[in-house]
Amino acid sequence: MKQLRRTMLFVPGNNPGMLRDAHIYGSDCIMFDLEDSVSIREKDAARFLVYKSLTTFSYGNKELVVRINSLDSKLGLDDLEAIVRAQPHVIRLPKTETPEDVTQCEREIERIEKETGIPVGKTRMMAAIESAKGVLNARDIALSSKRLIGIALGAEDYVTDLKTFRTADGIELLFARSMIVNAARAAGIDAIDTVYSDINNEEGLIRETTLIRTLGFDGKSVINPRQIPPVHKVFTPTQKDIQKALAVMGAIKEANSRGSGVISLNGKMIDKPVAERAQYVIELARAARVPMQED
Amino acid sequence: MASFKFDEIPYLDKMSAVFGPFDPDCEALKKDTRTLNDKQREHNKVEPSIEAAIERSGLCDGKTISFHHHFRNGDFVVNMVLDTIARMGFRNLTVAASSLNEIHEPLIKHIQNGVVTHIETSGMRGKLADAVSQGLMDFPVIFRSHGGRAAAIETGELHIDVAFLGASTSDPYGNANGYSRESEDDGTSCGSLGYAKMDAMHADHCIIITDTIVPFPNAPFGIPESQVNSVVKVDKVGDANKIGSGATRFTTNPKELLIAQTASYVIENSGYFYNGFSMQMGSGGASLAVARYIRERMLEKNIKARFALGGITGQIVEMHEEGLIQRILDVQSFDKVAAQSLKNNRFHQQIDASYYASYLNRGAAVNQLDFVVLSAMEVDTDFNVNVLTGSNGVIRGAIGGHPDAAAGASMTVVVTPLMRGRIPCVLGRVNTIVTPGRTVDVVVTDQGTAVNPNRPELLERFRKAGCIELVSIEELKDRAERLCGKPAPNDYDDKIVGLSLYRDNTVIDVIRKVKA
Repeated sequence: MKQLRRTMLFVPGNNPGMLRDAHIYGSDCIMFDLEDSVSIREKDAARFLVYKSLTTFSYGNKELVVRINSLDSKLGLDDLEAIVRAQPHVIRLPKTETPEDVTQCEREIERIEKETGIPVGKTRMMAAIESAKGVLNARDIALSSKRLIGIALGAEDYVTDLKTFRTADGIELLFARSMIVNAARAAGIDAIDTVYSDINNEEGLIRETTLIRTLGFDGKSVINPRQIPPVHKVFTPTQKDIQKALAVMGAIKEANSRGSGVISLNGKMIDKPVAERAQYVIELARAARVPMQED
Repeated sequence: MASFKFDEIPYLDKMSAVFGPFDPDCEALKKDTRTLNDKQREHNKVEPSIEAAIERSGLCDGKTISFHHHFRNGDFVVNMVLDTIARMGFRNLTVAASSLNEIHEPLIKHIQNGVVTHIETSGMRGKLADAVSQGLMDFPVIFRSHGGRAAAIETGELHIDVAFLGASTSDPYGNANGYSRESEDDGTSCGSLGYAKMDAMHADHCIIITDTIVPFPNAPFGIPESQVNSVVKVDKVGDANKIGSGATRFTTNPKELLIAQTASYVIENSGYFYNGFSMQMGSGGASLAVARYIRERMLEKNIKARFALGGITGQIVEMHEEGLIQRILDVQSFDKVAAQSLKNNRFHQQIDASYYASYLNRGAAVNQLDFVVLSAMEVDTDFNVNVLTGSNGVIRGAIGGHPDAAAGASMTVVVTPLMRGRIPCVLGRVNTIVTPGRTVDVVVTDQGTAVNPNRPELLERFRKAGCIELVSIEELKDRAERLCGKPAPNDYDDKIVGLSLYRDNTVIDVIRKVKA
């Protein structure tokens, strides 16, 4: 079953209460942050807290991601030394501009995996793209490592780099978002959208989420647990889509039981993309706890 | 003039209220021909000062005086009256307040000086509560629920000699209200006078203390003049800002919202969510926020509530005004919007504490509840709830209507975070039992929902619904302990400083002195 990434909840790494309770809000992924939300004086404390949290608490079936500091400074390497040992599912690399950024990080992860006896390749990665250069290199970044599970857009730094600003309809991000989705799809990995920072504007959040879902994103970063239900709602398929997906899955099952390779529904052929889409719709519906009559 | 002889009436000696032949010069015949204005000014119940009213009441040492808590932490009345009483030299009094708050800290000095020797209340907070927990009083404080207090007053177990009842407005004869009908500026408005109504009805002597005297009749009224002996006008009965906010805001705390949403799933799938249901939401962020989710479900399913009960908030009023709740029964208005609504909405009814919750009253509104959502400081594995003492054993809350609503409602949902900070809220045994576990049906936390084993049908319904994470109450306790560790027991002294009374006024638990 595919790991859903509708929501990736950002949790500041230096907030013990939030570290402890991060899993209760129902996001698909939790991203413990050692980077931007942690002040320079708190870096060591946050690294230690996140390490302890990952090795102490049970976070259920959440995908656990840790955003490390850039490898440009010693902080990034210190983060890797500690966090890889705590074995989160994914290390998130910030401010990725080139494929070399990814491979450099991968080399360090591999070294630590070997040193500690963690199977090489177990630690997955994702790359956040936050600059014009990164956006233009998105395809190469997405293809740079087998460890990558996705690439994400970090809009705040990106708009600054672009000498523009955030708007309500997000026209300034259209190119970057399109690049990132296409790069992710070309590499067969996920595309995660940037945060929506006006936490009290649920309507705006829903509008933006609807847009990025249409563009093809798999999910969105969220900075407050209150943003999780609205995002999930946007990613919940309609009853009509669910019925259709169930019919497709039914037809596949029926064809399989007959031993037939040719599958059709209401006279139309069901090919691989149709089947994959149907499977994804059902997974989204199941995640949203939509009641379904599944066989 | 008379065409009969008085003595010829048979059975005269058996007619109790026949006092003799009519006297043309009697007092009752005296006609007052002044204008309404003059009569109100010159012939009324207004006393010039609290002191004068106390003198008139015949108060003496050792008696019981009562207060209400509708002005919450903005109340000036208790301190004002007790200062006067202390100045006048009274001693050994019992203070029977419907509740006490942080602002009532000056009671400490009146206790130390022997003016007040006994306290009955629903709750206590702040320095007074700390001092009582540390053994300030010789006689244990008696904590009653709102329904228990009403019952105790009705049976005479709690006999009130003089009631001092603050009111936002009163006319010169004592028709009193928790709001003003004369002006939009409500100043010290508190809305319902539900708890005070009990005192007015049953006290030997009733004094209304107000800062706004309005022309007779102050109708419709919360307290009728027929129950009032005198009226005193003071500068201010309370601090408007502390009496209540403009509108109780929904919490934005994600954890409270999560708990509230889960509670709404519980309600929706309980069998008690149908067209014509009834509900109460207790105070506290999560329980108040349940209303928001319930509202969405009601709109979605086109369901209306017959009534909402209890402490009433602006959110309940909004739902009433948009037609989702047909009647409001209001024993206490939590915010200004609720107070305004009581004044303006015809089907927003003020009720007294007995009507609300007395166990002696078969029709008590709590008995008609389909469900109630209540907060908790602590819940234990027997589903007992504590809302009175903190994790350190110190008094810091109020029983309120908790045990009343829990016993009355067909389904009682208790909402609490699994932990507050690093303090577990689900334990092996609560510090003080306020509401017995037998009356608690569902405990909703941010990390799972537990159903009382004596309600298997509810468990089955929730299981079928599939959207609620069901765990046992023991598992909740274990989860909390895994994260927080097992709390060390509190260090209590043997001395009993308070009694936790159940709604029938039996002792369900005691509060002991904490070691300093």
